[in-house]
Amino acid sequence: MSAYSVTEPTRSSKWFAGLLVVAYTIITLLPLVWIIATGFKSGPDSISYPPKVVFEPSLEGYVNLFTTRTRIASDDFAALPPPETWYDQIVRDTGMVIAGQSRFGERFMNSVIIGFGSTFLSIFLGTLAAYAFSRFKVPLKDDLLFFILSTRMMPPIAVAIPIYLMYRELGLSDTHLGMILLYTAVNISLAVWLLKGFIDEIPREYEEAALIDGYTRFQAFRKVVLPQAATGIASTAIFCLIFAWNEYAFAVLLTSGNAQTAPPFIPTIIGVGGQDWPAVAAGATLFLLPVMIFTILLRKHLLRGITFGAVRK
Amino acid sequence: MTNPIDIAAKATPAPVARRVRGLSDRAIAWIFVTPTIFLLLAINIFPLIWTVRLSFTNYAANRPGREVEWVGLRNYTRILTDAGTWENMQTTAHFLIWTIVLQVVIGFTLAWLINRKFKGNDLLTTLIVIPMMLSPAVVGNFWTFLYQPQIGLFNYVVELVTGTPASSFSMLGPGGLAKWSIIIVDTWMWTPFVMLICLAGLRSIPDYIYEAAEVDRASKWRQFWTITVPMVLPFLMLAVLFRGIENFKMFDMVVLLTGGGPGNETLLASIDLKREAFEKWRTGYSSAYAIILFVTVFGLASIYVKALNKVKER
Repeated sequence: MSAYSVTEPTRSSKWFAGLLVVAYTIITLLPLVWIIATGFKSGPDSISYPPKVVFEPSLEGYVNLFTTRTRIASDDFAALPPPETWYDQIVRDTGMVIAGQSRFGERFMNSVIIGFGSTFLSIFLGTLAAYAFSRFKVPLKDDLLFFILSTRMMPPIAVAIPIYLMYRELGLSDTHLGMILLYTAVNISLAVWLLKGFIDEIPREYEEAALIDGYTRFQAFRKVVLPQAATGIASTAIFCLIFAWNEYAFAVLLTSGNAQTAPPFIPTIIGVGGQDWPAVAAGATLFLLPVMIFTILLRKHLLRGITFGAVRK
Repeated sequence: MTNPIDIAAKATPAPVARRVRGLSDRAIAWIFVTPTIFLLLAINIFPLIWTVRLSFTNYAANRPGREVEWVGLRNYTRILTDAGTWENMQTTAHFLIWTIVLQVVIGFTLAWLINRKFKGNDLLTTLIVIPMMLSPAVVGNFWTFLYQPQIGLFNYVVELVTGTPASSFSMLGPGGLAKWSIIIVDTWMWTPFVMLICLAGLRSIPDYIYEAAEVDRASKWRQFWTITVPMVLPFLMLAVLFRGIENFKMFDMVVLLTGGGPGNETLLASIDLKREAFEKWRTGYSSAYAIILFVTVFGLASIYVKALNKVKER
């Protein structure tokens, strides 16, 4: 028998706690599992009642997501040459033919470009500012840091009106550059606060030693601080990326075609006679999957990221 | 070159000289901070000042040719005396209070259970937090599917558990359930957030405090109320303020789930603002509305920063 400890929970309480948490996990993941499953259902299966738990998997949703389809007269349909590809076949089975590509691929790429562009920019500017705030006597430091944080508190719609007008004047409406700048401005507060925390944790002695060895301040920053802060920079980058990836309000108000990202697009996916749920689910799955993977990678720094560095584990 | 002083001088590096060669610390500080401040001024502060300016006019963005008049404080008095505004504020408050209560209760309980340190608690924690990282817009959109009265999973599960026929109620339709539908989704999404922060709070309590309490023969119940709760409270406050600010601004998830409807049942302030600004194009009026909302959030934010500093001091 192990030594008695008052703080170690008893075996039975561990079991009980574990059981309850497992139950919660199952309930909370059910909607996600359901959406992923719906993406692999056929149209009729997706709207059957009672909901089908066991179903024949189909790629119809994914094919519909990437294509537009039309119904043609039955005589013409019968006269068509046999389908050439597997996705042709899937569409034919539903009594339609492929008319062209959908815009999902484009929107997804816009999300990628704007997400990575704004992440790069926020990390670049954020690291510089965070280093300065961490190491130097910046006049009004606390006020500036609070100012940076407070910009995050603004309701997006409150600044959307003048940004909309400003972008219209500058020709930035519905452009990648406009969205990248905007998301950078939103993300930079998070980047500065998080990175300042990470840089604060690097002992100053390392740089001081480098300075004595003859490095300039800038060299010390580049060759000593940056490598030490790499993990922090990487996790901050993932947080910025997830924000830009998920953002909806600005995207729906300031973009319409050219630079529209996936979140405003996915809800507009409609099929013939109502929303095409398997296609919506397929789009949602493709869109959410990267974030799920990143969340698992980030789990050690998650708390820090969501509290702007206020709580560290 | 045989002079020992010369040799010593050569062997000694010249850190002072080299430090002067680079930029001064002061210059670097400015160069590093300026781009960030400039960007924020251009994309946050300048638009904000512009909003303030517009809020005193009757400008309409869809009619750029029309003459703009100064209307003084008329927009503000109109908003504050409009019954609709107060209804939206009530709707927002209902959403805010219930989401916070539910998330604190469920989040804290979960954290407390996970802190029993059973096997696999790390894995379960990671799985539980997934919903909060997802796009609120996409989440709102797919919950409309789960909430479908005839085919949706939610109604089906309710029928299984309570026996209420699935087609007898509609979460998003008329009948008063819509305001609960948004609370359920928000709670589903953000409970993990409160849970994570509470967990950090629980883990920050050193064991020796409990050991001392045990020596003093304090009951488990008493230990919970006199040690656990007060020690976690600052963390919980932080979580509540975060959620408060975020949900006060709530737009994306709800706009896709209910769009403010049915009728005005789930018309949160920020959705109302969007309608005024981008559907009715009352730019001046909605600018004043935006400023009122911003001042409210900013008030919450300053309290938040104070609380944050308190937590950090520990």
